Amino acid sequence: MTFARRHLLGIQGLNRLEITSLLDLADSYVELSRQVEKKKTTLRGRTQINLFFEASTRTQASFELAGKRLGADVMNMSVGNSSVKKGETLIDTAATLNAMHPDIIIVRHHAAGAVELLSRKVDCSVINAGDGAHEHPTQALLDALTIRRNKGGIEGLSVAICGDILHSRVARSNIILLSALGAHVRLIGPSTLIPPGFEGLGLPIYTDMKKGLEGVDIIMMLRLQRERMSGSFIPSAKEYFRYFGLDQEKLSRAKPDALVMHPGPMNRGVEIATDVADGAQSLIREQVEMGVAVRMAVLEALAGGMRNG
Amino acid sequence: MTLAFTNARLIDPATGLETHGGVLIRDGLIVAIGPSIKPGALPADADIRDCGGLILAPGLIDLIAFAGEPGAEHRETLRTASEAAAAGGVTTLVCRPDTDPVVDDPAIIDFIKRRARDKAVVNVRPSAALTKGLHGTEMTEFGLLMEAGAVFFSDGPRSVMNAQVMRRALIYARDFGALIVHHLEDPNLRGEGVMNEGEFASRLGLHGIPHVAETIILERDLALVAATGGRYHASMISCSGSVALMRRAKAEGLNVTCGVSINNLTLNENDVGAYRTFCKLSPPLRHESERLALVEALADGTIDVIVSDHDPQDVETKRQPFGEAANGAVGLETMLSAALRLHHSSDVTLPRLLAAMSTAPAALIGSPAGRLAVGAPADLIVVDPDAPYVLEKARLKSRSKNSPFDEARMEGRAVAVMVGGRLVVG
Repeated sequence: MTFARRHLLGIQGLNRLEITSLLDLADSYVELSRQVEKKKTTLRGRTQINLFFEASTRTQASFELAGKRLGADVMNMSVGNSSVKKGETLIDTAATLNAMHPDIIIVRHHAAGAVELLSRKVDCSVINAGDGAHEHPTQALLDALTIRRNKGGIEGLSVAICGDILHSRVARSNIILLSALGAHVRLIGPSTLIPPGFEGLGLPIYTDMKKGLEGVDIIMMLRLQRERMSGSFIPSAKEYFRYFGLDQEKLSRAKPDALVMHPGPMNRGVEIATDVADGAQSLIREQVEMGVAVRMAVLEALAGGMRNG
Repeated sequence: MTLAFTNARLIDPATGLETHGGVLIRDGLIVAIGPSIKPGALPADADIRDCGGLILAPGLIDLIAFAGEPGAEHRETLRTASEAAAAGGVTTLVCRPDTDPVVDDPAIIDFIKRRARDKAVVNVRPSAALTKGLHGTEMTEFGLLMEAGAVFFSDGPRSVMNAQVMRRALIYARDFGALIVHHLEDPNLRGEGVMNEGEFASRLGLHGIPHVAETIILERDLALVAATGGRYHASMISCSGSVALMRRAKAEGLNVTCGVSINNLTLNENDVGAYRTFCKLSPPLRHESERLALVEALADGTIDVIVSDHDPQDVETKRQPFGEAANGAVGLETMLSAALRLHHSSDVTLPRLLAAMSTAPAALIGSPAGRLAVGAPADLIVVDPDAPYVLEKARLKSRSKNSPFDEARMEGRAVAVMVGGRLVVG
């Protein structure tokens, strides 16, 4: 196992070997999760805290299952019933939790950089489960695992990341990871949702989705937040679906064996048509399965660097 | 069906070429042009019309005209607006989006197109709102509205004050090649102003609208265009400060154009006289020195387009104290005659004047009209540049009669008007 780090704060900074060894380990956990007996003892006696300042269903559930399958004691904390609501600062929250001697904290926060800040204030391992529009490393890893298992590899594949890239941490982590593994990434979206300066990344950017999808192997759709649908960045959900929603017609521009992904939760009829989301080319449910495996792999990899590890 | 105009002074403003000859028309399109189009050299079935040496030019295209529908049918309808247009040599009018309801939904574009098809005698192209409800906060569906037939996006007589909204609209519009047309008036700087700020307004005891209410918006917009690369047209400039800004922006290579109201080219603040509300306009009539600057800018190409700014108002909204009266003047029928004043005064050449009312607006809205060219639609006018007449408002075709040129002596008018190969006047 080539992973000697205490935290996983982002894909940025990971080398190719670290990424592939995490994916290799995750592969083995896919098989484990499909068995009747799913439990391991790797993290027995360890305490895992899921600290979610932003609402989450699948990511939080996925981390909880991953921790439990590895034998950890998992505690979920969400903003709704924590002292954060009473005005506690992020750093005070970190210090409070740290005093309880957890071994690993999984953090999601609405502010970019918040997880990194918290990681400097605690003695345990920290995993970034999404910080603002910055990074969501385990999502990128599970996406890569899903692609690798379906396409046999990532090198040389053409991947289109489509939609609200401006506000997407998933897009940022995926751009870094897929590029590191040799995929050709292109971005598709209205100019108002392309992050300023991203022309400088050297990735092709398309504002015409039909053109952008030509010849691609993988289409990654992104969620469009509801509050951004009505006039500030785009005029309406109706217009967005017309020009940037993945329907069968646009999908037909991609390679015949192109596969469709979405990090969830989906807005059906906004960024993706129901028949595409549920169609033969969709990997969306498989992504969820891969999520648990990838998170088990990350937890195990970090266990080596945990206290008393 | 074959038609021919012969014995005409052909002026093609798109190329600046002037020749003597004729135009052959078949199935609504121009099929031949030049000296060879003359009696004896035409198909036997051709319906020939001798122009008697008068000017034959492309029909005028007016980018800013309020046509009443939907919601203000007491002021104007698509039928009456189009009849006024035809009388003035305007073969295509772009109707304003600030109707009731506002043109911010593709269904309303569709409504206007269907009404115009059934009622109008000239081409009607709808413009759509730039922001929903003209509220200046949320952009409209540029893509869907363009597919429905919107030729540009504008908030009518309102300026979008939120620079972030304008910036995002310019960025988003770029993806669709959409044109944004913007009115230039900061409502805070206008304040209670009702006419040009200056000595004349002060003597009348009226609050003034300063030049800076216009230039501050234009300067902001030009900076946003430079930052975003959107397509932008300043709908009506009215002062020398705006001319200087446009001149500089064009010299820098920005993708910007601008228009001017025929009123600001041919009238000045003194025409307000004793509180004549028909001269209460937005932008306001300015000092004579500003008018001269606009005329010069039109002549040198800094100003691209002349618009009628046709804005019919019913009697009740104009028969008010000046400050309380509505803005606006009808203009479709008088734009050409008024513009010809600048030809007679030798300030602006005829081809230049005609280009600003046909070729240039055609290019902005992507219309194939606006030029004398084989394959172009037969939207044509025969103009007698010297025909004298006195404007009587009772004879205006528009449903409203608020013309600032009432009882004015005019020289020159369209004596025949053809729309898509069909004669609608003459």
